[in-house]
Amino acid sequence: MDYNFIPLSFGELFSPTTAAYALATIGLAVHFGFTGLLNFGQAGFMAIGGYAFAITSVKWQWPLYGSVLATIVAATIFALILGIPTLRLRADYLSIVTIAAAEIIRLSVKTPEFSSITGGSEGINGAGATFNATNPLPEGSFGFGVLTYTSEQWWLRIVGWTVVGIALLLVFLLIRSPWGRVIRGIREDEDAVRSLGKNVYSYKMQALVLGGVFGGLAGAMFILPRSLQPDNYGTQLTFFLYTILLLGGAATVFGPVIGSIIFWVTLSLSDGLLSLGVNAQVIPITAIQQGPIRFVIVGVALMILVIFRPQGISGKKKDAQFSV
Amino acid sequence: MSNRTPPAELVAGPAVPGVAKINPILIADKVSRHFGGLMAVEVDHLEIPRGAITALIGPNGAGKTTFFNLLTGFDKPNTGTWKFGGKNLAHMPAFRVSRLGMVRTFQLTKALGRLTVLENMLLGAKEQGGENLFVALIRPFWRKREDAITERAMALLTKFKLDTKSEDYAASLSGGQRKLLEMARALMSEPEMVMLDEPMAGVNPALTQSLLHHILDLKAEGMTVLFVEHDMHMVNEIADWVIVMAEGRIVAEGPPGVVMNDPAVIDAYLGAHHDTDLGTLTGQMEIAEGMESALVKHEIEDEIEAGQETGIDVDPSTEHPEPGARTTESKGDDK
Repeated sequence: MDYNFIPLSFGELFSPTTAAYALATIGLAVHFGFTGLLNFGQAGFMAIGGYAFAITSVKWQWPLYGSVLATIVAATIFALILGIPTLRLRADYLSIVTIAAAEIIRLSVKTPEFSSITGGSEGINGAGATFNATNPLPEGSFGFGVLTYTSEQWWLRIVGWTVVGIALLLVFLLIRSPWGRVIRGIREDEDAVRSLGKNVYSYKMQALVLGGVFGGLAGAMFILPRSLQPDNYGTQLTFFLYTILLLGGAATVFGPVIGSIIFWVTLSLSDGLLSLGVNAQVIPITAIQQGPIRFVIVGVALMILVIFRPQGISGKKKDAQFSV
Repeated sequence: MSNRTPPAELVAGPAVPGVAKINPILIADKVSRHFGGLMAVEVDHLEIPRGAITALIGPNGAGKTTFFNLLTGFDKPNTGTWKFGGKNLAHMPAFRVSRLGMVRTFQLTKALGRLTVLENMLLGAKEQGGENLFVALIRPFWRKREDAITERAMALLTKFKLDTKSEDYAASLSGGQRKLLEMARALMSEPEMVMLDEPMAGVNPALTQSLLHHILDLKAEGMTVLFVEHDMHMVNEIADWVIVMAEGRIVAEGPPGVVMNDPAVIDAYLGAHHDTDLGTLTGQMEIAEGMESALVKHEIEDEIEAGQETGIDVDPSTEHPEPGARTTESKGDDK
């Protein structure tokens, strides 16, 4: 029997996908965890970021810094478009508008009319080329056992986690600052904060843009090691991000990273364990059912978590004691 | 109380609705707000005297809170203008109104639950540069101001006897403590005028006393207070001037002693029993005792027997005269 899946699962600990999900979830933590904005369209922000990066780098041959800038600008514009009409209204409107907007993005990029730019349902290949060109590491493979990666894979891991680290530092500094106090106040009661002379609308917009830019950069990071596929940005991506957020703790700085690691390691481990069971015919399911079953396990784990530890793994118990 | 401002120092004419004040801080003209066909607020002219405690009273649905919301920018009027210290406030967003020095509290207390008591206080402070997204990243830029407002916050919390709770979540405070916190928080910005929407609602008598003193202190420190209140004893106790609203209009204004004896006000709001303390309303005890009397017991037993004999439920038509007779009897006892 092949037990390689165990070390491979732990490879998920620092895989670039884990980093991308962590970054997108940090954005969601800024939205939902700290400001109380119910954004159900983080997948849309990731899509916008991914497409801005891929189109500028592959189709228009922009240099890396130009593509990164385009990603940030595109996510900011998307946040403004979503925020201007909805942030003056009740919280529910934002969730409806964001979930719809994310779907509009996904379906629009797939239409044949745009396929000369967006690649239609095929997506775009090779968005990582400009990034890989910046790799200063020597050629070859490094590591041990199954956790051996090429120099390109290492470079992506280093840069990806550095970006996550910078995002964490930014959020950490902001949340303990007076700015963070205002947005946490908005989460509790925006009228009270308004009565204290704070421009609530502006703060909500700032939070939406900040979290959206993290989402956009995560979308770009996500496609560096793979091709851009429009169907990766469905609503289930947003719900994975919410799962990660609640796993780690919604109103915590490091929760998204912990949540993302647990999410991916668990998915990978359960996949390995299930395939062992299926191959040995201990578990009465087919290999095709094995994939979806993992998500059922994640769902059950999330339910147990929300019931018994609503503050998440790294959250303070006190935070969850008071209902909002 | 002795430090009440005499009416002669407040008004420049006879106490009629809309009378001009000697030194008004807030002047409202033709302010109206309707919801569909309902005229919620229709105030022709109103002046609030500076440096005094003004009470806004009126029956439920008179438009007091709506008027409050309009003045503080939480609701938009259909018509009207109002000036606060000479600045036109109409159509100004709520946060700007607050920055100008007119800070309000809410009828349903809005303590920010998952922030600590101290954080709640600090949020009330003005001119904290660290509330800017970019300045926030560099602590030395806002640290000095943070220390200054923390000191002020702790001084206020000590005054409101909440200093020992400064690190607790506001959600762990009792209802009365939240009222105190909300008032203390409003004072963090050093406002010129404090608007309190039912500051005494749901507060126990002991805390009421301390809240009363805090409100009087606001005046002593030179602030103007406008408050909505249903508790007439409290209005009588601390208000320098009383404005009465009914059906969206100002129906009377004047010093508390005069207004509360105005027949129009009594009709509109206070009712005939306005000077009796509702806590010791007579009659209830006697009725309750009457229920236990041997006569009533006997009647009930008879009813049950009658029901059992016929095998059906007691006919309401035969039941009704009896309680009626009982009430007449116990009322007779009262007299």
